[in-house]
Amino acid sequence: MATNEATPSVKKLQVRRFKPEENPKKHYLNEETGIWAWMTTVDHKKIGLMYLASITFFFFIGGVLALLLRTELLSPARSFMDANVYNQVFTLHGAIMIFFFLIPSVPAALGNFVLPLQLGAKDVAFPRLNLASYYIYVIGALFTIFAIFTGGVDTGWTFYTPYSTTTSGNVMAMTFGVFILGFSSILTGLNFIVTIHKLRSPGLTWNKLPLNLWGLYATSLIQILATPVLAITLLLLTMERALGIGIFDPAIGGDPVLYQHFFWFYSHPAVYIMIVPGFGIISEVISTFSRKVIFGYWAIALSSLAIAFIGFLVWGHHMFTAGQSSLANMVFSFLTFLVGIPTGIKIFNWIATMYRGSIDLKAPMIYALVFLFLFTIGGFTGIMLGALAVDIHLHDTYYVVAHFHYVMMGGMVMAFLAGLHYWWPKMFGKMYSEFWARISCALIFVGFNMTFLPQFVMGAQGMPRRYFNYIDQFQPFHQFSTMGAYVMGVGFLIMAGYLLHSMLKGKAAGSNPWGSRALEWQTSSPVPLHNFEHTPVIINGPYDYHKPMSEFQLGIATPHHDHHDDHQPTDVTQTEKEQA
Amino acid sequence: MSQPSALEEKLDHLQHHFIDSDQQFEASKLGMWIFLVTEILFFGGLFTAYIVYRSWYPELYLLASAELDTFWGAVNTFVLIGSSLTVAMAIRSAQLNQIKGLIINLWITIGLAGVFMVIKFFEYTHKFEKGIFPGSHYSYEGIAHEKANIFFSIYYMMTGLHGVHVMIGIGLMIWLVIKAKKKVFHSGYYTPVEITGLYWHLVDIIWIFLFPLLYLID
Amino acid sequence: MNKLSEFMLPPQKSTLAEGTDALFNFINVTSLIFLIGITIAIIYFAWKYRRRSENDVTPVITHNNTLEITWSVIPLILVIIVFGWGLSGYVNLTTAPDDAYEVRVVGKSWLWEFHYETGHVSVNELHIPVDRPVKLVMSSEDVIHSFYIPDFRVKMDVLPSRYSTVWFEATEVGESVVFCTEYCGTAHSNMMARAIVHDQEDFETWLEVAGSADDDMDPVELGQELVTRNACTTCHSADGTQLQGPTFQGLWGSVSEIEDGQTVTVDENHIRESILEPGAKITSGYQPVMPPYAGTLNDRQIDAIIEYIKTLQ
Repeated sequence: MATNEATPSVKKLQVRRFKPEENPKKHYLNEETGIWAWMTTVDHKKIGLMYLASITFFFFIGGVLALLLRTELLSPARSFMDANVYNQVFTLHGAIMIFFFLIPSVPAALGNFVLPLQLGAKDVAFPRLNLASYYIYVIGALFTIFAIFTGGVDTGWTFYTPYSTTTSGNVMAMTFGVFILGFSSILTGLNFIVTIHKLRSPGLTWNKLPLNLWGLYATSLIQILATPVLAITLLLLTMERALGIGIFDPAIGGDPVLYQHFFWFYSHPAVYIMIVPGFGIISEVISTFSRKVIFGYWAIALSSLAIAFIGFLVWGHHMFTAGQSSLANMVFSFLTFLVGIPTGIKIFNWIATMYRGSIDLKAPMIYALVFLFLFTIGGFTGIMLGALAVDIHLHDTYYVVAHFHYVMMGGMVMAFLAGLHYWWPKMFGKMYSEFWARISCALIFVGFNMTFLPQFVMGAQGMPRRYFNYIDQFQPFHQFSTMGAYVMGVGFLIMAGYLLHSMLKGKAAGSNPWGSRALEWQTSSPVPLHNFEHTPVIINGPYDYHKPMSEFQLGIATPHHDHHDDHQPTDVTQTEKEQA
Repeated sequence: MSQPSALEEKLDHLQHHFIDSDQQFEASKLGMWIFLVTEILFFGGLFTAYIVYRSWYPELYLLASAELDTFWGAVNTFVLIGSSLTVAMAIRSAQLNQIKGLIINLWITIGLAGVFMVIKFFEYTHKFEKGIFPGSHYSYEGIAHEKANIFFSIYYMMTGLHGVHVMIGIGLMIWLVIKAKKKVFHSGYYTPVEITGLYWHLVDIIWIFLFPLLYLID
Repeated sequence: MNKLSEFMLPPQKSTLAEGTDALFNFINVTSLIFLIGITIAIIYFAWKYRRRSENDVTPVITHNNTLEITWSVIPLILVIIVFGWGLSGYVNLTTAPDDAYEVRVVGKSWLWEFHYETGHVSVNELHIPVDRPVKLVMSSEDVIHSFYIPDFRVKMDVLPSRYSTVWFEATEVGESVVFCTEYCGTAHSNMMARAIVHDQEDFETWLEVAGSADDDMDPVELGQELVTRNACTTCHSADGTQLQGPTFQGLWGSVSEIEDGQTVTVDENHIRESILEPGAKITSGYQPVMPPYAGTLNDRQIDAIIEYIKTLQ
């Protein structure tokens, strides 16, 4: 373990107190500039920002597609796009949001930025591999864009056979793109696991690991264990279209339900790839803004791992009506309910953390509370869908659509936004407008509920999903839902506005605007190129809010074999002098 | 994964974010092990497809596997086991600072991998001549089972994907030879040799499973 | 609670609906109670423990075993109840009584075909008797479809290469909508049918009459009736609107270009072939998605459709 190896060489050195520089002149954003330096950087923070830019782009595209869909659904029959276009648009909305936004959003974008910082490391274990992951992501995305312009794809993001093997359009390019993308996800997961195991600062034992890292660790485990199965499934599907191997094609003897098993074996855990890192962020934010020790540290940490583990055993609940055996349905239903327990435990722990805290309702905290509310609804409707008899009625209706969006958008996206607003000052060293942040959050919250609450009702009444036309009785619900989508769209536009403004003209944030005890806040903002001007030493847990801040600002000068930062020792002494 | 950028000093392989060589070596090794896990799961999908179809159509596997040439399959098995031995010897040479031995052992491994691919090539072309293609292109009539094409889809996917891994292994070892000739490796730094060796053992082990599962069914 | 249920769920028109709805309501109400509790706690804590000064001191509460066990075990008990309840409902939903009346269902892109024991075939109209268990034996001709009647609370995927079944017992005479809920392509959302519930006598009369009712109709009228009844109109309009297939308007006598560059005049033979074996000559610009009607339509019916198309100039 890193800590043990580190000790012999550093024992001689004394642990000193450090105060991060408040407005550093040199930091990771300005030390190496220019397009080429960015494109070839192996710095985890810059790679994180590159991911952030890319996922923002895809979120925008996916969001615009969603608004197009909602607009088309204002009237029961055709309004401005035909059925084929509609089918391509909902496929793209799903595929882009899931594969290009949700899966990389927290792990690859925020995770990359914050993981080494929270470990007190200078970078992830394999920085070049990290950059390679990003480019693999870009190549996967290019394939998908290529697919859109060469015939499009109208299979739904699930690519169910035999429809996906027989439909026209360029399914092959799309599945191959997602196949490539999978490797980006696998390599990021691998990188994170090794980093967490091997690059922890002296003193950072497993029981002091921030919960965000437990979340990322559980996520990485799912990424490396589930994504390869998706990769092989999509490879088989690609080969099916390219060479006609037909393992899933009933026309030449294959079995389409086997495809569904393969697909959901990845894609259900993938839901946890999307949501579990969100849990990590919520833990950080709620503890920081309540200024209070997190309640049930181990319960939250282990429940993430439990969810990751049980998440592998529930894929069959997507197939209750697909014709699998009743026994299989029973087992999958039971295991599905078991996932609900650790999830519930987390929610109760977060609320208990707020109890007798000192709660500051800043933007990240508001997003975290919005998360709690929406995700709870998502969870309860999940229980509804796990109940066999009820699922028979609700399967593949708008109820599922609404449930999925409550978990993914109400849960994951809100957690992502909480994290984005929380770490924004650390990323850019600037603050954003709290006022506009609240306005935008309120609009998103109201718009979101307006959009998806009616969909629960429609779904329960029998409105099937992926419908271009619908029967007249559902029109009021659809119209209300579309209005909500517009409100939400306005909310996101405002957010884009104030964040851009912050980036250009925001007030300097200072190193620790939230008064957090977590390690990433004990260095200056924006972060120095190599993260810390010293090697941090961890004695207290990341949530020990009862101890004074100075207890958390401990470090030692790095022993030097390192030609990159020969300025470091001088910085250290300077800081010491200033303190004296 | 973590090759040095220049070679003036013994410590030049050490990347700035690691504390010492041991930490870097351990990290690389752990990373490779995790990667091997993902590889196993990647092939695991195909093994699952194999098991599912075998449990549905056990008689199909009996009939179809008779079309595979057990003799050449066995030869290939020995070739790969031999190459696993030589790659282990290459690592040993690196640990003992015997760069010449390292290069020779790598070349032997590459040679054996080449033999494997050549035999595979002849197996494939022999089948193609008979019309044994995967899935919908299948036109052979020697097997009295309607799902014979699916067996061969699985066969081609499994051995084909394994073949791709062998090719990647050959590429990696050629790269190692080039690096070794530049005197990059020494007893204090041979991480790429070690992790390529791990990869190669995995390729070998997958074949050791494929051979009995596909060729040796009675 | 009744109002909530009425608002959220379609009318109960089968014997299975009540059980499903009871569980639905139970989960809804329990969830609502929890949700309200959680929301109140969040809002109350956020207000009560709001930050009063930068120097607020918070207590160290790391865990509380009693509390944690309570909030793990109570939900666990609740979900086990829900699981058992859902399972028993499901067993009910999947076990068809032995004396069920059997109808064979074939899903094709994008229509439903119902074959009755008398040999009669109806398209997009499922006729069933009331107060009698009905079992559908279903399969697909092409991709995966899913058979869903919201009023009956039943749904089952319809697969190529195997049979799946679903059963229900309708409780009142009337009509219910049938949806396809597994995405199946362009006209997925038009793949609807009506489940028409007759009382026992009416049903038998319908079975007898259905096959021969067309005999004395005028061929053009019959043709018009048939293109609607057989879901031709899902893809072929009669007024020139562009749908998935060529419009019938002006079709007769026109020359259409088929995929390999040849041309063909639309005459009796071409229409007949296109109905029975649609894949043979695909007009360029269209997808080969039409299901074959061989075995569904007899010669007289095809003639009637041809007569009808002739009138649409």
